[in-house]
Amino acid sequence: MTDKTVSLPEERRHGSFIKNNLRNYGMLMSLIAIMLFFQVMTGGTLLQPLNLTNLVLQNSYIVIMALGMLLVIVTGHIDLSVGSVAGFVGAVAAVLMVTYKVDYTIAFIACLLLGAAIGAAQGYWVAFFGIPSFIVTLAGMLVFKGLALAVLQGQSLGPFPATFQKLSSGFIPELLPETGTLHPTSMLIGAVLALGLVYASAKGRSREQSHGIEVEPYAFFLGKSILLACAVLYFTYLIASHRGLPNVLVIMTALIALYGFVTRRTVIGRQVYAVGGNAKAAKLSGIKTERLTFLTFVNMGVLAALAGLVFAARLNTATPKAGLGFELDVIAACFIGGASAYGGVGRVGGAVVGAMIMGVMNNGMSILGIGIDYQQVIKGLVLLGAVCIDVYNQRR
Amino acid sequence: MTAMLEMRNVSKSFAGVQALRDVNFSVQAGQIHALVGENGAGKSTLMKVLSGVYPAGSYEGTIVFEGEERRFRDINDSEALGIIIIHQELALIPLMSIAENIFLSHPPSKFGVIDRDEVYRRTRELLAQVGLRESPDTLITDLGVGKQQLVEIAKALSKRVRMLILDEPTASLNEADSAALLERLMAFREQGIGSILISHKLNEVAKVADHITVLRDGRTVDSIDCHAEPIQEDRIIRSMVNRDMAHRFPERNAKIGEPVLTVENWSVYHPIHPERQVIKNVGFSVKRGEVVGIAGLMGAGRTEFAMSLFGRSWGTAITGTLRLEGRNMALPSVAAAIDAGLAYVTEDRKQLGLILADDVRKNITLASLDQVAPGRVIDDIAELKIASDYRTRMRIRCSDVYQETGQLSGGNQQKVVLSKWLMTDPKVLILDEPTRGIDVGAKYEIYCIINELAEAGRGVVVISSEMPELLGICDRICVMNDGAFVGEFKGAEATQEKIMRAIMRNDRNIGNAAPAAAEMGGSQL
Repeated sequence: MTDKTVSLPEERRHGSFIKNNLRNYGMLMSLIAIMLFFQVMTGGTLLQPLNLTNLVLQNSYIVIMALGMLLVIVTGHIDLSVGSVAGFVGAVAAVLMVTYKVDYTIAFIACLLLGAAIGAAQGYWVAFFGIPSFIVTLAGMLVFKGLALAVLQGQSLGPFPATFQKLSSGFIPELLPETGTLHPTSMLIGAVLALGLVYASAKGRSREQSHGIEVEPYAFFLGKSILLACAVLYFTYLIASHRGLPNVLVIMTALIALYGFVTRRTVIGRQVYAVGGNAKAAKLSGIKTERLTFLTFVNMGVLAALAGLVFAARLNTATPKAGLGFELDVIAACFIGGASAYGGVGRVGGAVVGAMIMGVMNNGMSILGIGIDYQQVIKGLVLLGAVCIDVYNQRR
Repeated sequence: MTAMLEMRNVSKSFAGVQALRDVNFSVQAGQIHALVGENGAGKSTLMKVLSGVYPAGSYEGTIVFEGEERRFRDINDSEALGIIIIHQELALIPLMSIAENIFLSHPPSKFGVIDRDEVYRRTRELLAQVGLRESPDTLITDLGVGKQQLVEIAKALSKRVRMLILDEPTASLNEADSAALLERLMAFREQGIGSILISHKLNEVAKVADHITVLRDGRTVDSIDCHAEPIQEDRIIRSMVNRDMAHRFPERNAKIGEPVLTVENWSVYHPIHPERQVIKNVGFSVKRGEVVGIAGLMGAGRTEFAMSLFGRSWGTAITGTLRLEGRNMALPSVAAAIDAGLAYVTEDRKQLGLILADDVRKNITLASLDQVAPGRVIDDIAELKIASDYRTRMRIRCSDVYQETGQLSGGNQQKVVLSKWLMTDPKVLILDEPTRGIDVGAKYEIYCIINELAEAGRGVVVISSEMPELLGICDRICVMNDGAFVGEFKGAEATQEKIMRAIMRNDRNIGNAAPAAAEMGGSQL
């Protein structure tokens, strides 16, 4: 987080700092509030190690796709086909591995390439032909839903090889001696991660300071770092006391870090935001807007394929109904996380928090025994409410 | 004879800029009253006051129409009295038929159901009245611009018309269509309809006008009764442009070197109407340290010319040679043009120049991210330093470089755009209307920046519709009209009269005007 303060008297600086950051962290605070609410209402079930692990596993594919969807939305487009693509790729994976006994590594790579090809096929029409993405991907949604049915001939196909299942249901191997309930390797990774995050932000802060750039007040920095480290440690503690870190959580964390870096710090990330913010101005600044739009769709295809594989591995079977309605959760996650439907605005962290809000609500409401009917009603209202607050904030 | 319309002491200002000052303007029934003046003289503002686009209370002065003082709240109020305005950009819906367009807002109907027989009958009557031989079923998109203009007039006639206001109706028409339209106007005169004709074409004005009013800087500067005295074009031109130099310009010591940009036989066709040649085999050059102005009216092809040079970002079938520092360049894309050392500051800051939701820093570095991103990863400290440097150097007034550009004033936004292009270190900068919508103080700062750029050995091209500005800052002024250069003056020799005369004379000779500004919408972006 870079500072946004100016040289002002100390008191005003703190005031404006809090105001600026409230907007940035608003959704994160909503997530914490929602978690606390369900933690209390479920009598502590929500944050039980078993439930937390399940929560991660259940939502991993939504988070993975939300990373790609965020970029698509930032360029001012939408992809309605991701659910069908994920289902189709899962079906192809099953046919390769179960029917034709293809090695799981080769099948895995082939499926990611298939996802890239699907993304390219759709992105081509959007980027170079100027066909609205809504229409192209609506067509894609029908096509790949149908192809998934055709490939599976209407039947479920499974089970997958045991190694492939590990993608979703596996946990990182334990390298250290067991200590009863707590998994030490996972705990160690969590501790290293927490320290690493604090170290990185301290280093960034001192680097900015050494260049004479105004930074956030020390008290804020300290408080933020302590909170962050505690949150990471507590989370890994909970996870480690069940079966350790799930493989898919490691993949997810790595992807979040990668996409966070790409969007914030790289030329291509900056250019994607410029295209979404004002495509004409970006083009007249020498940015190849069509190519970038095309690439965001290719990227989306790969991530949808990955999500499809994770989902298939989790169910241990490919069904024609896999992926049904995923696109709605993914798109909702991005908008709840503050992405603008007009393009140019949206953060990776926001999309992840948005996905987690949806996940926690699904999970919490299920534990509370709220029927699927009212769950949908409540989720719909939360989406509308989140976007209303965002629009209201921007108008001020 | 009492006047049908009288506007008395009308004044109107926008955010401190006085657009109209004590304008008096009157039109008799059955009179064609021509309103002439430079771009920005206040003609359109005056007509918007009259038609209620600017409601009563937002201006000073009184409007008396048919003997009563009127206070229009909106355009419906003025239309109810028969004051109909036809805008330069036509407001027809392309995929609807002529009949549907004419009766768009008030179709004849029975119990809410449109009476199609009546619609067609009346449409045929109206089309006959304006002399347009087309079926009422024809779609607007299938008509040429001239015929569309006639449909607009038919639409006006479908309402009760007492006074017709036409804003440059012939700007996009050819000779025959223009003549047909002017004949219609004269027919309306016989029916006692008053007309206000806004036009840049003095030959047309001379042909049909009963009275001419000249506006300049928001004031009425001349009023000519065409029946009492002969029309002197020179007098009109002088009234239009002669003004005391209200703006001041920084001192300039030009040190002009060898040519840096040379263009020969440059020809560009319209991207949507590929048979139409927009830029007609023109030649152009800029030298190091030289500020060259391109003068011309709206729609003369100046922006199209500049954009076609800048990586072919406008137009199709572009041919001709472009040399930068003596070397032939193809420049097939904007990226190639930037690399070669060209920069183009767009006319429309908000639509084409800036990403308004992004902060000052991101906008400044957008066109040259490579400089702050070794290995494609942005060094945010280096970026911040460069952005802050430009902020200080260009005196961009913002809370810090993290402020959204959408929150800045026009002048400061323009400085952000200029910073963006300076960062690309261009050899030649093309500035399209660099001071449009900017207050006087910021204008002076922009002129100083232009001077500094030239002194640093860059070639600067300034496209502007404000002639005093060109006269104040340019070493040489080229006059463009209808896609060709029709005059060139050294800075010291140029006067507004000479420039205006070059444009007007040329318009008359060709008779066929430049493509309408409305069709700029055909930009390929």
